[in-house]
Amino acid sequence: MNALSLHDVRVALGGRPILSDVSLEVGVGQFIGVLGPNGAGKSTLMRTLLGLIRPARGSLRVLGAPVKRGNPAVGYMPQTRAQDTSSRLRGYDFVACAAGGNRWGSPWAGPAARREIDWAIGLVEAGDLARRPLSELSGGERQRLLLAQALIGRPRLLLLDEPLAGLDPRHQQSVVDLVAHVGRELGATVLFSAHDVNPLLNALDQVLYLGRGQAVLGPVKDVITGPVLSRLYGVAIDVVRLPGRIFVMAGNSPAEEADHVHDA
Amino acid sequence: MFTMLDYDFMRHAFVAGGIVAVLAGVAGYFLVLRGQAFAGHALSHVGFAGATGAALLGVSPMAGMLGLMVLGGVAMGALGQRLRGSDIAIGAILALSLGLGVLFLHFFTAYASRVTALLFGNVLGVDAGMLWTLAISGILCLIVLAAISRPLIFATLQPEMAEAKGVSLRLVGILYLAVVAVATAACIQIVGVLLVFTLMVCPGAAAQRVTCRLGRGVALSVVLALAQAWLGIVLAYATDWPVSFWISALSVGTYLAAIVLGKRLFRRGPLEPDGAGHSHNH
Repeated sequence: MNALSLHDVRVALGGRPILSDVSLEVGVGQFIGVLGPNGAGKSTLMRTLLGLIRPARGSLRVLGAPVKRGNPAVGYMPQTRAQDTSSRLRGYDFVACAAGGNRWGSPWAGPAARREIDWAIGLVEAGDLARRPLSELSGGERQRLLLAQALIGRPRLLLLDEPLAGLDPRHQQSVVDLVAHVGRELGATVLFSAHDVNPLLNALDQVLYLGRGQAVLGPVKDVITGPVLSRLYGVAIDVVRLPGRIFVMAGNSPAEEADHVHDA
Repeated sequence: MFTMLDYDFMRHAFVAGGIVAVLAGVAGYFLVLRGQAFAGHALSHVGFAGATGAALLGVSPMAGMLGLMVLGGVAMGALGQRLRGSDIAIGAILALSLGLGVLFLHFFTAYASRVTALLFGNVLGVDAGMLWTLAISGILCLIVLAAISRPLIFATLQPEMAEAKGVSLRLVGILYLAVVAVATAACIQIVGVLLVFTLMVCPGAAAQRVTCRLGRGVALSVVLALAQAWLGIVLAYATDWPVSFWISALSVGTYLAAIVLGKRLFRRGPLEPDGAGHSHNH
């Protein structure tokens, strides 16, 4: 069984094609960096895997089963919203809302739910942070709690949408290390979208590079190359490798760090 | 002072104020949490059109108010995300509702004598029949809130994740705003169309300033709303000034005090400031 298998998947949003005829297989337990220019469909791919967007055609299987909205085996961490950074609610309550949050009823967490919440917070080592309001935490601290929230239900596939957005390099690295650690601990497959491949280099098994409706999956050395990226970006791309770092350049400017706004 | 309970209208006022404060404290906490305070405010103005329109048609104003407000709440809930942060659209609904109310009054001038009570409240005029209406609608609202609060909180704090986990954001939003409509109609009986903010929004907002715990926040919101309503009635009795003045003064005073207290309680900054937490992107 593969964690993901896509055959000829085509997704369009408002008539605009986002993914055209994408086929790929991802093995269980892999850490996949999802990269690509703005609007390449990184968020759209995740929302399709969650069952929030129906593909126009093609077949999609997640953990051996057809895509189903509300699949408890799939954990999701959406992009941070402005409201999260100003929320006066403490981290614990924020994480806790995901425990059984899809069922009707009152939010009093029973012993089993409380154990699950404590387990998730413990796994990301955020016990102290969980007692403080979200508005008082730094971006990196907040991402820890958002990750804990995504872990409720012990998912076997983790879809993390831009967890590094707005973080400085030091915190970016600590978030990547934490995700890699949690993924190994759970034996979970991780899809981690980012604008820059460098913070992910030590954690990655493969990259999934999206661009112009296409997707290329493979090891960094095969995918992040001038010819492949030139095809995905539709402009001439140079890839410069230094020890431990990769620069993707379009003309004279870094392609990956170009002004980044919310993806489709 | 204690002779005030000798009067029927005072006993009614305390009971009505109590029922409405509990309901407004709970429903209003979530209104603030969801960033829908202005939507709630606009909804109360829809009540003005509903009450005057019903009077014109010869129907019970309370029924007209409840009906049109629930309809308005459901419509706002159905628009959902599209209405979020759209203060122009919400303000337009508010203005149109007041305008319609004025038109209805123009055709039915006999109702004009009741307008002050409708706009600014008349808790001292609550009769036994209205008490029953308030009690029944209050209990119904609390039951619905108890049934939807788990997905409501999830959908409020993490809408995208909640949607992915199978929560219907639209259904939850519609049910919640229907409850808000009924709670606001109840508030109008106490403080009037123009001052529902004082019971629906200020207590919840003050509670969120001083506690970061959700359960305690809801409880504190109820306590503050109760204190404002009852103390307002007592002070009005003592001074002979309007109840609605006292409730609004207490409500705004409490909110300001909560801001000051909240700053003292949460003065610590991030453990590891990274400076990037507030701006979403570079």
